[in-house]
Amino acid sequence: MAKDSTKNTSCGDGEVCDPSKRDFMVLAANGLGVVGACTVAWPLIDSMNPSQDVLAQSSVEVDISSVQPGQQKKAMWRGKPIFVYRRTPQQIADANKVDVASLRDPQTDKERTKPNHEEWLVVVGVCTHLGCIPIVGEGEFGGWFCPCHGSQYDIAGRIRKGPAPQNLVVPPYEFINDKTIRIG
Amino acid sequence: MSDPLAPKAPQEKGIIGWINYRLPIFDFTKSLQDYLTPKNLNYFWSFGSIAGVCLMIQIITGIVLAMHYTPQTGHAFESVEHIMRDVNYGWLLRYTHAVGASMFFVTVYIHIFRAFYYGSYKNPRELLWFIGVIILLAMMAAAFMGYVLPWGQMSLWGATVITSFFDKIPVIGTAIGTWLRGGFSVDNATLNRFFALHYLVPFIILGLVVIHIWALHHHGSSNPTGVEVKSKKDVIPFHPYYTIKDCFGFGVFFIIFAIFIFFIPNYLGHPDNYIPADPMVTPPHIVPEWYFLPFYAILRSIPNAFLGVVAMFSSIAVLFFLPWLDTSKVRSGRYRPVFKVFFWVFLVDVLFLGFIGESPAEGWYVVGGRIATLYYFFHFLVLLPVIGKLETTRPVPASLSEAK
Amino acid sequence: MNQRLSTVLVGLLSAFFLISALMYVSNFGFKAPEPVSHAKKEMPKPQQWSFDGPLGTFDKQSIQRGYKVYKEVCSACHSMKLVAFRNLKGAGFSDAEIKAIAADYTYPSVGEDGSNVDRKGLPSDHFKSPFETKEAAAAANGGAAPPDLSLMAKAREDGPNYIYSILTGYGKTPPSDLQVPSGKYFNPYYSGQVISMPQPLKENQVDFQDGTKATISQEAHDVVNFLQYTAEPEMELRKRMGLKVVVFLGIMTVFFYIAKLRIWARVH
Repeated sequence: MAKDSTKNTSCGDGEVCDPSKRDFMVLAANGLGVVGACTVAWPLIDSMNPSQDVLAQSSVEVDISSVQPGQQKKAMWRGKPIFVYRRTPQQIADANKVDVASLRDPQTDKERTKPNHEEWLVVVGVCTHLGCIPIVGEGEFGGWFCPCHGSQYDIAGRIRKGPAPQNLVVPPYEFINDKTIRIG
Repeated sequence: MSDPLAPKAPQEKGIIGWINYRLPIFDFTKSLQDYLTPKNLNYFWSFGSIAGVCLMIQIITGIVLAMHYTPQTGHAFESVEHIMRDVNYGWLLRYTHAVGASMFFVTVYIHIFRAFYYGSYKNPRELLWFIGVIILLAMMAAAFMGYVLPWGQMSLWGATVITSFFDKIPVIGTAIGTWLRGGFSVDNATLNRFFALHYLVPFIILGLVVIHIWALHHHGSSNPTGVEVKSKKDVIPFHPYYTIKDCFGFGVFFIIFAIFIFFIPNYLGHPDNYIPADPMVTPPHIVPEWYFLPFYAILRSIPNAFLGVVAMFSSIAVLFFLPWLDTSKVRSGRYRPVFKVFFWVFLVDVLFLGFIGESPAEGWYVVGGRIATLYYFFHFLVLLPVIGKLETTRPVPASLSEAK
Repeated sequence: MNQRLSTVLVGLLSAFFLISALMYVSNFGFKAPEPVSHAKKEMPKPQQWSFDGPLGTFDKQSIQRGYKVYKEVCSACHSMKLVAFRNLKGAGFSDAEIKAIAADYTYPSVGEDGSNVDRKGLPSDHFKSPFETKEAAAAANGGAAPPDLSLMAKAREDGPNYIYSILTGYGKTPPSDLQVPSGKYFNPYYSGQVISMPQPLKENQVDFQDGTKATISQEAHDVVNFLQYTAEPEMELRKRMGLKVVVFLGIMTVFFYIAKLRIWARVH
């Protein structure tokens, strides 16, 4: 398609050409052509975004009724593991005792749980260092230990030791009722 | 290409100058803009660039579709429906690609009939014509393989019919057919390789198109008078005259294209291809897509299966001989009153063959198809040489500028 | 045309016609060809549909009634594998309704201990098939597997009218020269006029919640609207987009034409 056809390079029949006459119609037509071309580009690009069936699976409901205090349930969300951990009162107390200001990624336990559901910690089970899956019940802080490079998380999923820069990510989730959470 | 020892123009200012000195791409695009073109071209000369646009549309939509398609028999049909229903704008991409194939063929057929009428295939453009015929053959291969990919009933059975041609070659036929299919019948192996080749062939076409344009630019475009360019008075630069004219042509083309895509996307297709392929059930009428119908009619009109295949390929092979079969010293049909009549008769014959191709091979359709097939070869092998030699042509203008 | 050429052409064309005539005679003798045999069937009865034409729309109320017809009558034999429960949203069902519809079905899953369990359907699941395999479907239906209906409106010539005609085409008396085997039925709109499916729709077979009277033709009309929706869920969006695209292209093309005339004025 002509991009800017108002520049006249040469005229074949010897007539004097007037390149300074910027014909409005030519400009307008080319402008519409460019608009059309950009409009066409969007479907091509958007088709590479997640399709409707992928988006339909982008939230998942998890039944937590069988999880006992001190236990973890694993779920899958958007292709990644989710740790749903039910803490004992002792574990919650331990989490609250920690000096938040001294943490590499300062967050209180309250900021990482839902009100009235402080028992439950829901985190993406992917180490924020380089993406390995931490192991529950290991490490010095009562939480998780990542075997790849030694990152250690406490019982609120916060980074305490090792190379990981941030706490385990809390995904968007909500309690549909006491037995079920919806993630995403 | 160029001689490293040849003196180069000094490097010009700016980034463009820097790039151009090292790789003269901007000199090249300027030469395309300045390409001296006969000033009297009519709209039938726009169909070449429209065909180029069709090729780009097919490649771009094809690549994006290939990101979502699965070339395996249990999954192909579902993956196409996944594209239609779940992929963002998937329905738009699929319909554009499917309708686009038809638009590509109608464009190329008009482009070819322009060549027939105006004698564009004559000296010195015979090789340009040959490359064009090869492009047509490659397009037919690509379209045939592409139609198999959705793995509907017509996909499977059309592929079965076409691949069975090779089985009919005497002695080595079955070995070739089995080798082509990757099996004893059209199945997963066939589908998978057709996908690989369907992705490949358009890029071969792209290369052929580059050579096609190179050949064209060497002697320059012909024109409706058939009289070659003689002086500067006969020509104008391609840009801005033919760029803007082609843009208008593209606009009309896209309107027609859009009407099909958005309002009647399945009009040119066959409902049977929305039924998943079933090797146990043959559709009552196996029909190829409309652009293959005349050739299908020629194929079926010969009672012997192998000779039918020979006739079908001959109907395209005869095009290679056209520059010599047409013996007329006058290039353009404008000045050839007798040829003109038979040109139209030939067009009607081809359209009639298309009609025969989609009709059942029974009753009067069979005889009608045979007569029309005979006439097709009669036109090329008998009429053109005779008319060319004996026709009294109208006076040809001295130059294309002087033509009325 | 000069004398020499006309003589030669007349000769050649006569030869051609002679050969053509010989071909005809060798095929048919000296009589007219017999009409081509078609599998007998009547053309579908044309109906008015809200989705017809370039400005067509979906009649969502009708589609919802049609879904009920599919669910309560057709789904006993016909699968709808390409449609997910969430696709009902475009037909006007609410998220809660869709969730409830899906939850009515169970799907195989793996339990925490690794055993095979059933889980409740989710909106992202596809409609469940009545039969596990095609062979099971055929075996349960006298050898003819009932086809999947997801694309039926596109998989038949003049799909919606054809489906409507079939569904309302039962009950007529077959012509005297037609043999209807037992276990099959006469329907003039089906190719060959003998169909394996028994009459599926009866008066008041489905109870429409919006109070619409469930005559056979109403049920057929609604289920066709539903099938058109499952076959082409993007139809409304596509036609609306098409209108904008064609209008835009029309204006752009006119602009380019005027621009062309202006630029070419320098040549003429």
